[in-house]
Amino acid sequence: MLDWFNAHPHLVDSLIESVKAIVVLLVTVVVAAWMIWLERRLLGLWQDRYGPNRVGPFGLGQVIADMIKIFFKEDWIPPFVDKLTFIVAPAIAMGLMLLMFALVPVTPTWGVAHINVGLLVFLALAGLEVYAVMLGGWASNSKYSLLGGLRVTAQTVSYEVFMGISLMGIVMLAGSFDLRHIVEYQAANGWNIIPQFFGFCAFVTAAIAVVHRTPFDLPEAESELAAGFHTEYSGMKFGMFFVGEYVGIVLVSAITTVLFFGGWSGPGVESHAWLAFPWFAFKCLCFMSGFILLRASLPRPRYDQMMAAGWKVCLPLSLINLLGTAAVVVAGAHGA
Amino acid sequence: MTFFFYLAAAVAVISTLFVIFGRNPVHALLNLVVSLLAVAGLFFMLGAPFAGALEVIVYAGAIMVLFVFVVMMLNLGKEIEDQERRWLTPKVWFAPAVLSVLLLGGLLDVLLTGGQTHAAATTTIDAKQVGVHLFGPYLLAVELGSMLLLAALVAAYHLGRHD
Repeated sequence: MLDWFNAHPHLVDSLIESVKAIVVLLVTVVVAAWMIWLERRLLGLWQDRYGPNRVGPFGLGQVIADMIKIFFKEDWIPPFVDKLTFIVAPAIAMGLMLLMFALVPVTPTWGVAHINVGLLVFLALAGLEVYAVMLGGWASNSKYSLLGGLRVTAQTVSYEVFMGISLMGIVMLAGSFDLRHIVEYQAANGWNIIPQFFGFCAFVTAAIAVVHRTPFDLPEAESELAAGFHTEYSGMKFGMFFVGEYVGIVLVSAITTVLFFGGWSGPGVESHAWLAFPWFAFKCLCFMSGFILLRASLPRPRYDQMMAAGWKVCLPLSLINLLGTAAVVVAGAHGA
Repeated sequence: MTFFFYLAAAVAVISTLFVIFGRNPVHALLNLVVSLLAVAGLFFMLGAPFAGALEVIVYAGAIMVLFVFVVMMLNLGKEIEDQERRWLTPKVWFAPAVLSVLLLGGLLDVLLTGGQTHAAATTTIDAKQVGVHLFGPYLLAVELGSMLLLAALVAAYHLGRHD
């Protein structure tokens, strides 16, 4: 057995990488599912009530119970829908979100894909994510779903414009689209949140809008659109949209950590390499809780207000940030 | 690598055929998205990841989204598919077929004579090299392109004005 492993080092390497990829995938899904519990408990805390506390210790088993329930629900496809598109849409929602996680450099040794245009691939996948909701809304063939789908398309297309622009300041500072390189740059030169504060503001706004999370959850505004784009969905297909949204929040937290808060770097990581993952996880957890706090505290804006905020505030802000960063980088290059 | 290249190429060709023969406009557009993604995959395999990523961001992620957005709002259904069936007569095929055969002739000529094997497949063109070329030899084209975009922007603003 050992001889065989020694004879095929290349194969063993790819085997180890595959196992790592599967571990990252499973951890992501489990964390996303567990985040549903976290959200309900934290909302309960902030609204002065309990939240789910019956199943298992602290109600931790609630997620498992809900999952079992949703798996055994009838998977109903209404007769009036466009069948193929209806089935594909939730798979795109969840699949693309998980695919984006492959780009996240978790620790110096962990991370699935190492692409030298990682940030661009992230933006590309985020751009494709809109199809899930759009197709879900269209294929459902119902007016609420279609309105939800239209809203989400307009919202995502608008906010993606400056999501890319707000990140270009970081690319200029680090001189690379490589996420791993960006983390290493921050470990050496300090976190990007300080020089790129405006970029951070624009990016987080855009990221919340792209994963259509409260307060930007107008595509599924229950007061006016029933359940929005997933009105006609039930069973596990609805479950995939639902968990996909939480994977999206975990992903946005991870990407924000990587781009603006130094990723795995932190005090003590140089001397104790094992601290890399706890630091990364801790930073992500802070952002995840932050997004829940946003949901708990902010009301939903009107649709035109949201579009105006995107085009009239965030876009100019990120463009000015881009120009300012470029000026500083060029001045630094000439001065040195 | 060669296998995956031909796989992606086959996906691109087949999905494009579905775009042409499809009767449901939304399905046709989705096939076009698949085709664009396959072409982006080809770019990645040819060592041009920057071009590949931009292909996905600009074409699949932005332009096609707007196409689907508009088509989604049209009230499609059985009638449109019947209409499409009536419109796709052999007479309609004639002119595009002639043009395609001309293009195919050019392509075959390149393939059969061996053509010039480009170095693109052996070297990776990253973002930096693209930037150096855009703001070096192709500066004039970039400036003209940005003028065109600015003009389009002004025109769109004018059309969308409230009065």
